[in-house]
Amino acid sequence: MRDFRYARISDPAEAVATLAAEPGARLIGGGTELVNLLKERIERPELIVDISRVPLNQVVTDADGLHLGALARMSDVAADWAVRTGYPAIAESLERSASPQLRNMATMAGNLMQRTRCPYFRAETDLPCNKRRPGSGCAAITGEHRAAAIFGASEACVATHPSDVAVALVALDAQVRVQGVRGERTVALTEFHRVPDEPDKETMLEAGEMIVGIDVPASALAGTSRYLKVRERASYEFALVSVASAVLVEDGAIREVRVALGGVAPKPWRLVEAERALIGVPFEPDAIRRAIEPAFAGARPLPGNSFKVELARRTVVRALSGEQS
Amino acid sequence: MPETKVTLRVNGIDHIIDIEPRVTLLAALREVIGLTGTKLGCDRGECGACTVHVAGRRINSCMTLAVMHDGDEITTVEGLVQGEELHPVQAAFVANDAFQCGYCTPGQLMSATACIAEGHATGDDEIREWMSGNLCRCGAYAQIVAAVRDAAAPDA
Repeated sequence: MRDFRYARISDPAEAVATLAAEPGARLIGGGTELVNLLKERIERPELIVDISRVPLNQVVTDADGLHLGALARMSDVAADWAVRTGYPAIAESLERSASPQLRNMATMAGNLMQRTRCPYFRAETDLPCNKRRPGSGCAAITGEHRAAAIFGASEACVATHPSDVAVALVALDAQVRVQGVRGERTVALTEFHRVPDEPDKETMLEAGEMIVGIDVPASALAGTSRYLKVRERASYEFALVSVASAVLVEDGAIREVRVALGGVAPKPWRLVEAERALIGVPFEPDAIRRAIEPAFAGARPLPGNSFKVELARRTVVRALSGEQS
Repeated sequence: MPETKVTLRVNGIDHIIDIEPRVTLLAALREVIGLTGTKLGCDRGECGACTVHVAGRRINSCMTLAVMHDGDEITTVEGLVQGEELHPVQAAFVANDAFQCGYCTPGQLMSATACIAEGHATGDDEIREWMSGNLCRCGAYAQIVAAVRDAAAPDA
């Protein structure tokens, strides 16, 4: 990898000031994304700012909900008893990600910031990819796109966001706390990731901003949440399609529900329409399937990934019916 | 870029090395300190051959920079042996024929030791899941699972 300067920072204000002064600098937390991107020369910063020892690794539950520090490790969040019992989809999605070693290194904020696994973006040689080199084209649209998006894509980019826990967090109405030189602001996670009108601009972060925390509101619904991941290997593989869901049932009918899809879009895909349509629907697979059908009318599959539409529909039904995998 | 002085406490011994920031922990252990037990497999966090313990946790040493671990306690496969005695996990791997070429084995041993200490080796399915970050091209998986099972519950 190319040479860079290195600086270790001990508080967010220092990190933010450094980023603002040097916009080309990159933060390193767990390193599980950045070190790869450096090796592939996808990222070539002049300065790397090590925030791994900044004390932002809290996993705290209170009356308002769950508060995760940006640098909380995936493994620590997944192992936390309050997370496992009160927000099961978060623990499940984390434990179905990556490997134990990677989960011990990777941070929650880094997980949200991770970049697509599209093979053209990650290629060792420089192939047409509008994320990597704006204007160079999208080789996936006419090439290999089995894992590509069926929602939210554009003519410029069909890549998906690979995070599992982001899907669970979106389903549970998570908010992201961001710090910049002008102070702190809060962004709904549903708004945090962008669709690829400009494929190289993936998040709402402005120059000089960093994530400092993630908050999930407390609710009875959160306690019913689940994460179902469909993939081609039993473990250590990204999702083809995944679902984070939560459902409260009363007298055999759905009273409240949340559904978000992973592996199908440039960002976790919350099925807001389907959530509305499911209220009052009998809690059984056929009725659920009929109610969610219109949410898939907007799917825009490519020739090589059209199977994802039906796979996603069935996975939503399985997830809501209580099946776990 | 100018080199930085970094102190890595490896297997109980302090190593003070002068390295560039871009040197991975794996490269520092192998190329600078000379502990070649830890292996380079994929160099991208996908195979687990480079697994070591840092501050008591198993990590992929190819995916982190040595300079980030200044002052940290690191255990490599060389640190498992207890005087003249094999570590119980090493002995279990030998007894269960859990390696062929041996290349993935240091990473498997470091991962298995941590897996057991974490409490994630209470059954075969759990072992398979919690050892899934370590690939074995020779396909010794069944024997590796048996070795971890034995090492986790030696009196069973």
